[in-house]
Amino acid sequence: MGVWFSLIVVIGLIVFPLIGVGLLGLNALFGIVVPYVALVVFLVGLIYRVITWGKTPVPFHIPTTCGQQKSFPWIKYSKLESPATGWEVFMRMFLEVVTFRSLFRNLRTEMGPGYRPVYGSTKWLWLAGIVFHYSFLIVLLRHLRFFRQPVPEFVSLIDSFDGFLQIGHPHLQITGVTLLLAVFYLFLRRIFIPQVKYISLPADYFPLLLIMGIAGSGILMRYFLKTDIIKVKELTMGLATLRPKVPDGIGVIFYIHLFLVSALFAYFPFSKLVHLGGIFLSPTRNLANNSRMKRHVNPWDYPVKVHTYEEYEEEFREKMKMVGIPVEKDVEEEKPEESEESEQKE
Amino acid sequence: MYDGGKIIAGIVIFLIFALFPIYSNIGKAYQPPKPKLDTPEIQKMVVKKCVEPKEYMIPEHMKLIVDWRDAALREAKRTYINSRGERYTISLQNTCMKCHSNKKKFCDECHKHAGVKPYCWDCHFVKEEE
Repeated sequence: MGVWFSLIVVIGLIVFPLIGVGLLGLNALFGIVVPYVALVVFLVGLIYRVITWGKTPVPFHIPTTCGQQKSFPWIKYSKLESPATGWEVFMRMFLEVVTFRSLFRNLRTEMGPGYRPVYGSTKWLWLAGIVFHYSFLIVLLRHLRFFRQPVPEFVSLIDSFDGFLQIGHPHLQITGVTLLLAVFYLFLRRIFIPQVKYISLPADYFPLLLIMGIAGSGILMRYFLKTDIIKVKELTMGLATLRPKVPDGIGVIFYIHLFLVSALFAYFPFSKLVHLGGIFLSPTRNLANNSRMKRHVNPWDYPVKVHTYEEYEEEFREKMKMVGIPVEKDVEEEKPEESEESEQKE
Repeated sequence: MYDGGKIIAGIVIFLIFALFPIYSNIGKAYQPPKPKLDTPEIQKMVVKKCVEPKEYMIPEHMKLIVDWRDAALREAKRTYINSRGERYTISLQNTCMKCHSNKKKFCDECHKHAGVKPYCWDCHFVKEEE
């Protein structure tokens, strides 16, 4: 059900600018207002989410580890799997963000002989995930050519590496294809693997379909339904210089692409996509496994009224002695003197 | 906020990346490219027209050029019949560049803005411009 609902929403997001620009001519709304609103929602929403997480107390020290903990100096410990210092946490987090190490450990579970679960290695999710994320990053960086004049040198360099196959004209960019293939795999995985399908919600299908729509409309615009790229750059530079204007003669396909991108940006803070910021605030990842060296104080703790045994004995000493319960301190007569002495000292 | 310093630093780094297109352009006015059509050859023409209509050439010229390359080099076809039924010789140097002899003011003008580096000139010779 979630698939169809998500698909209908994405189709709606395509039809919206198709009618708005194609029939009603609301170019300024779709070319200026929508992108700016989406950017503001994205930035404010993401920062709000991160600050909310920052304010949330972490009651327990819960790093997930999978290596030898630091203990005696003569026991070698795993610096990446069970980091003990801030620097080691940084390295672990860096490799997690850059190479998705925890996803690399993804396992496939199958029922083996005698109803025993059998675990096997499966790297497809990791592979599709990393291809998807890096392709998206490169595609995003390539788009900087629309937001800088002159076009930065590193953008041209990325473009020449990305298009080195020199297929067709305009030349085929590899990351555009890999992005679409990877997101398609991630989508099919949710459709065809029963266990994954069972736990998939519209919130899982929708971003995948939306990104498919973005990549699809972009590829369509670059290779098939071409539009005047110089006019497009005039529009995007208008947005970037905060002097927005809408040149005539830009095809509807551009507005569809822009609207889908705006939808993704605006949707970002409300969805699972905030793992962009959330990965850094995951207590299972960003805490050092040093609970033997440092005490983690629960921020929820309030000063609890305690009644220690010493105080208890102080209170009931006479009664305890009367019924013959042994006491730790038998200070019947000396005690008052002691306290007087200590008071004098003070 | 817990670990406020680190989180604020993270947000600032994020904003430096996310807002790069805006703060690096602030106060600048963008001048769109103006490809020049004032070569002697074009000025001599009574009816100023390209191989195909302008509306087609702007988005599709790269496809036409690469189709021409394939026709000339792989199929040895040197004649192109356009949408108006006119015949043109398939040649970048002798047809395209005959009129658009100002590569710097015509081709490069837009290509620079679009961040496009066509590989035409890997093989083709560029005439010296004054």
